[in-house]
Amino acid sequence: MITGKLFAAGADRRIAITITILLAIAIIVPVLNLAVPQNSALHIPPYAVALFGKYLCYAMLALALDLVWGYCGILSLGHAAFFALGGYAMGMYLMRQIGDRGVYANPVLPDFMVFLNWKELPWFWYGFDQFWFAALMVMVVPGLLAFGFGWLAFRSRVTGVYLSIITQALTYALLLAFFRNDMGFGGNNGLTDFKDILGFNVQADATRSALFSASAIALALAVYVTWRIIGSKYGKLLMAVRDAESRTRFLGWRAENVKLFAFTVSAVMAGIAGALYVPQVGIINPGEFEPANSIEVVVWAAVGGRATIVGPIIGAILVNTGKSYFTGALPDYWLFALGGLFIAVTLFLPQGIVGMWDAWRARRRERLAAGEVVAPQEVVVRPETAAAGKWSEPDSGAEPQPAE
Amino acid sequence: MSKSHTILYLDGVSVSFDGFRAINNLSLVLDKGEMRAIIGPNGAGKTTMMDIVTGKTRPDDGEVFFNGSVDLTKHDEAEIAMMGIGRKFQKPTVFESHSVEDNIMLSLNGPRSIFPALFHRSSTEERQRIDEILATIRLDEKRNDLAANLSHGQKQWLEIGMLLAQDPKLLLVDEPVAGMTDAETEETARLLKEIAKTHSVIVVEHDMHFVRELDVKVTCLHEGSVLSEGTLDFVSADERVVEVYLGR
Repeated sequence: MITGKLFAAGADRRIAITITILLAIAIIVPVLNLAVPQNSALHIPPYAVALFGKYLCYAMLALALDLVWGYCGILSLGHAAFFALGGYAMGMYLMRQIGDRGVYANPVLPDFMVFLNWKELPWFWYGFDQFWFAALMVMVVPGLLAFGFGWLAFRSRVTGVYLSIITQALTYALLLAFFRNDMGFGGNNGLTDFKDILGFNVQADATRSALFSASAIALALAVYVTWRIIGSKYGKLLMAVRDAESRTRFLGWRAENVKLFAFTVSAVMAGIAGALYVPQVGIINPGEFEPANSIEVVVWAAVGGRATIVGPIIGAILVNTGKSYFTGALPDYWLFALGGLFIAVTLFLPQGIVGMWDAWRARRRERLAAGEVVAPQEVVVRPETAAAGKWSEPDSGAEPQPAE
Repeated sequence: MSKSHTILYLDGVSVSFDGFRAINNLSLVLDKGEMRAIIGPNGAGKTTMMDIVTGKTRPDDGEVFFNGSVDLTKHDEAEIAMMGIGRKFQKPTVFESHSVEDNIMLSLNGPRSIFPALFHRSSTEERQRIDEILATIRLDEKRNDLAANLSHGQKQWLEIGMLLAQDPKLLLVDEPVAGMTDAETEETARLLKEIAKTHSVIVVEHDMHFVRELDVKVTCLHEGSVLSEGTLDFVSADERVVEVYLGR
């Protein structure tokens, strides 16, 4: 299958394993949820499916951020904005699907518009009754915003902390705009009370499982695309811009275009993640634009390991699992735990979990190479470590620099 | 005066930063195929001159022409680099997290837009060209090493190799032997003389021993303009040069 092809192309082992796992859970989890009887130990309850589906969307957002932060040194503190925009585009489709089943039973206008005495649908809601249109907008809107924003920022050579600040301002501006009722996006209540997606009930177990699978497959695709980008000459250029931007300019490369492409691709990826997130959580409101959300994404990527593809995924899933536990068991302490985690990772694990793992493997390999007696099963392991080591090589070099 | 035989033509160039005149009515002409050494005390405007030629700094006044006809003040860094001006920085600047080979690969001349880079596949010619350059800068052995692990001198050579890969018409080389051992300095002089056979080169350097080794025409800058120009013996015999170097 796909893994076979990847191996045939001499592909990286870790990426192949990740993609295989994601595709496997895309099949196994729905089966365990739907086909296994509820009293069986193997049954996965619907709430867990929705919860883990949400984590996968977060993982995709963290991966999108890592493409620009880890590989290009652009510390975006506004990536949740692209996620939320993708989410709103999907939310608008879901609102239109409600039709006349709303409280006010207006066949065209969503409830909040009727409530605000709007007489007709604003122009920017046209087309969202069609899934294909909404799906397109999920990518186009965040992509265009990132392109416009990046075009201005990168051409003016805004870098480092200044860029981080304006990305933060961007998401804050969107937060304020979406809070306004007359913007036409439901004000601070946002969009909710969804009924159907593509004709299926969003609350139904089967739909939830399908959305989970879609998230897993989308994440697998995002991993593949990111891996291909990073492995190309362009990917090397991206890291070159991160490490020595002026050098790339004097070699004739347009560093601003290099950044702009990655930033736009990353925003589109974040938008898709947001679109998959909304039907699984059942609501989208301006709170998603909160600057703190974007900063949390940075923590996920840092915990898992910057400039690795697998790291941000692991980071997003681990931190969010922790969050779910903490907010249930010790709700008052979650923010302290998150802050402490970020400080601990910055101090003790600058390369994140994946970076630490690679360093440990490298040390072990050295010890094995130095030791005279090698146990037989360790010989079997060695080609594997060599493959993993090869991948980590480009990452072990210079730190991504936030500022010039 | 005709500019047609010049590779670089600066006339009456001035630039100031916050009232400080870094370059003051500087005129400098480099013929095609010529190698020139530029010396001068700290703050003489050597690096600023390179910034002007490569488009990093816009002059307030004066003319800057490349190849006799191209007005460099109207172009930016990337355009100027594509026209064929390569620049080596004072501090060696290479892509530390890439291998030596990849450093050269990213510098090879060719299309400089995103999509060709995204779908790029290396060709035999390209590999041959990389081999040639690595042989010239004597880093074949290190081709798979990370640039970060090279010695200071090797990084300087790698950066020169990256300029060569660009295949420029004019190379601007800022302090290529700073921090090098004597053996490395000699090796660098040999390398630059080799390059000068087929390219126009400007070398900025403090090391007089190295400048003597290059054996080319010397321009001494002081306070942003040309103080003296000629052979190294002529320039070092010039009273004013002695004065600015030793202080009054």
